[in-house]
Amino acid sequence: MLENLDPTLLARIQFAFTISFHILFPAFTIGLASWVAVLEWRWLKTGNQVYADVYRMWVKIFAVTFGMGVVSGVVMSFQFGTNWSRFADAGGSVLGPLLGYEVLTAFFLEASFLGVMLFGWNRVSPKMHFAATLIVAVGTLISAFWILSANSWMQTPQGFRVGQDGLLYPTGWLQVIFNPSFPFRFVHMITAAYLTTAFTVAGIGAFYLWRLRHVQHARVMFGMAMIMAIFVAPIQLVFGDLHGLNTFKYQPAKVAAMEGLWETQSGAPLVLFGWPDQEEEITKYAIEIPTMSSLILTHDLDGEVKGLKAWPADERPPVAGVFWTFRIMVGIGMLMIATGAIAIVLYLRKRLFDTRWFQYWCMALTPAGFIAVLAGWFVTEVGRQPWIVHGLLRTEDATSPVMGTSIAISLVAFIIVYVFVFGAGSYYILKLIAKGPEDAEAAYGDHGVEKPPIVTELVGEKRDQHV
Amino acid sequence: MFSFENFVDLPLIWYGLIATAIFLYILLDGFDLGVGVLFPFAPTDQCRDRMMNSIAPFWDGNETWLILGGGGLFAAFPLAYAVMMPALYIPVIIMLLGLIFRGVAFEFRFKATGKSRRIWDDSFHFGSLVAAFMQGVIIGAIVQGINVEERSYAGGPFDWLDAYSVMTGIAVVFGYTLLGATWLVMKTDGETQDWARKSASYVIAYVAVFLAIVSISMPIMNAEIRTLWFSLPNFFFLLPIPVASLVMLIIIWRDLHAGREYRPFFLSFGVFLTGYLGIAISMWPYIVPFEITFRQAAAAPESQSLLLVGTIIMLPLVLAYVGYCYYIFRGKASHESAY
Repeated sequence: MLENLDPTLLARIQFAFTISFHILFPAFTIGLASWVAVLEWRWLKTGNQVYADVYRMWVKIFAVTFGMGVVSGVVMSFQFGTNWSRFADAGGSVLGPLLGYEVLTAFFLEASFLGVMLFGWNRVSPKMHFAATLIVAVGTLISAFWILSANSWMQTPQGFRVGQDGLLYPTGWLQVIFNPSFPFRFVHMITAAYLTTAFTVAGIGAFYLWRLRHVQHARVMFGMAMIMAIFVAPIQLVFGDLHGLNTFKYQPAKVAAMEGLWETQSGAPLVLFGWPDQEEEITKYAIEIPTMSSLILTHDLDGEVKGLKAWPADERPPVAGVFWTFRIMVGIGMLMIATGAIAIVLYLRKRLFDTRWFQYWCMALTPAGFIAVLAGWFVTEVGRQPWIVHGLLRTEDATSPVMGTSIAISLVAFIIVYVFVFGAGSYYILKLIAKGPEDAEAAYGDHGVEKPPIVTELVGEKRDQHV
Repeated sequence: MFSFENFVDLPLIWYGLIATAIFLYILLDGFDLGVGVLFPFAPTDQCRDRMMNSIAPFWDGNETWLILGGGGLFAAFPLAYAVMMPALYIPVIIMLLGLIFRGVAFEFRFKATGKSRRIWDDSFHFGSLVAAFMQGVIIGAIVQGINVEERSYAGGPFDWLDAYSVMTGIAVVFGYTLLGATWLVMKTDGETQDWARKSASYVIAYVAVFLAIVSISMPIMNAEIRTLWFSLPNFFFLLPIPVASLVMLIIIWRDLHAGREYRPFFLSFGVFLTGYLGIAISMWPYIVPFEITFRQAAAAPESQSLLLVGTIIMLPLVLAYVGYCYYIFRGKASHESAY
């Protein structure tokens, strides 16, 4: 049985599994790093202990999440070669330097200063500690910059030539790095990460408010998260729209799959729901709004929108997956915007922190950001198929010469290990949440690491004012 | 588009840089993997806590060198990366799974209570052991040569596994254990340090034996390596490498018994350097032995040039702040003036 397994499909499933798991952690830590930096800044500025308590609680959650992000990320740096070696060979000259820059400019920064951030409380001055937190936050953004640039290049490649040996060679680095879809993907993803964090924090803040635990701290969490929901969620709609227009220009087949449109037409309808059927080349049971697709995509009621039939069948992405994950992402976005709107109304009525049903609402939306991020990535990655580098290299031609059996076994191993390890991680995060901020144990650096007396003597007094 | 290919030997520079990154990884993650290997043998739980704490601020940064080695290989020598990963598919994946188990243990262990703490102790130990062993197996597989046709790996899924690679796997476990033990001698005191010192002086004997086996076996297995090392005048130029290695091993052994705390750790670095140099010289000029040279595998000069600019700017900076972070967490300040 194992001999008949399709190595390409298995390699794709394995890659999808490891990267989907991985992206959950950065999606959370990018937002969390920036947020705890804001918390620490507020604390240094105001001296308000509540900020310090909230910081301490969330920095532990950050540490667990970041640790899981690191170990699942190390796996990714090898998966290009283990799963897509022909792609690594062909595209290495173009993509390799971007990933090299990610390690050099971001990973070392994050990893080194994370140590200071977690264990350095008694060893550096509060300002230096804040600097470390800030550096980690900036590091996560730099890392996102490079990896999203690399991914975007695979979506909208430019700045290269195809050599006689069939390999790709760079011709202009700025064109490679700032390829057409990169700016849109970057702001869209960073905003998504911020919203993911905000809604997780909101849900947990709501949980404390609902249980009337840690109320002071919960107000900080919930209040700051609502600011994000009110201001950032609507902006994300704009970013998403711009990103969509960019995709319409450069990867129209993906947009056709997102919209479930098969026929090229002017005044194309917006399909709200339906069942795209790849075999029969039709979207069944479609509920449509006439001409809306054309309006959204071309800003013209009669604008032409290409349907999937404009491409040969073997150049179309799997439509149903793209169609549905797109709707999940947009639906969650709408719920987030609605949350912000409700928050404004409740705030004006001075009921923001004690409206029971809204607390349930926010608790229910705790994982919303993660689901939306995953759904969004499925749209963009499945929507790129059958290409690994759009228009240049097909996924099936990019695989490694590894037997299906090996991939199948390692896939099972990855699933078992990830579920066990990251399940345990989630359990410990839940325990930290259950424990809450107030009865915070001694600062992180205190368990067992010796303090060098020189440092303690010099800055010890100053420290006591803050800790 | 800029390219420095007319001014400098780009592939050679990159060969040196990648070799350095991989070496730094071996040293830095070597000592914290070694601490993991030693972990369950420590006399008390208190010792184990201290062992963990001595590396907790660093392990993440240390592992980043592996990403630089892997990512750098992809960037500067994509063909080598594309051939080696499929060839070493199984050991690389097992190594990664090992690294996952040990990496998460740092955070989980301090959050866990009672019995579940044991799980993460084991996860840390076996994860470290498996990762170290697999890295040794990978080295053993590479030095025996990799089967390549055209631009792809052409061997089977288990070509990497034989008695020799198992031997190198065990050798690396002992080597890392030496690094870990001498690190603990440096970073701890009292009971933990006494035990670490004793462990180091046991382990060092094994390290010497395995170094000898590898040094003798490599020229026997491969005629090219034999001529390289034993033809004149090469022999005299290369002789200092094994001699230095032996001298350093003896000094470490004496230092351990004389109660020195810092020098054994840095001399262990030296032992690794000689071993690494020995292998690197034997493999020269291949990056995928004995099929693809580093020049054949080099990325486009434009790519290597771009990356070189970043590396020249960033690498000193990285080294500086990595050093600063080690400085912040310098331990046992009372002993500092002694050395």
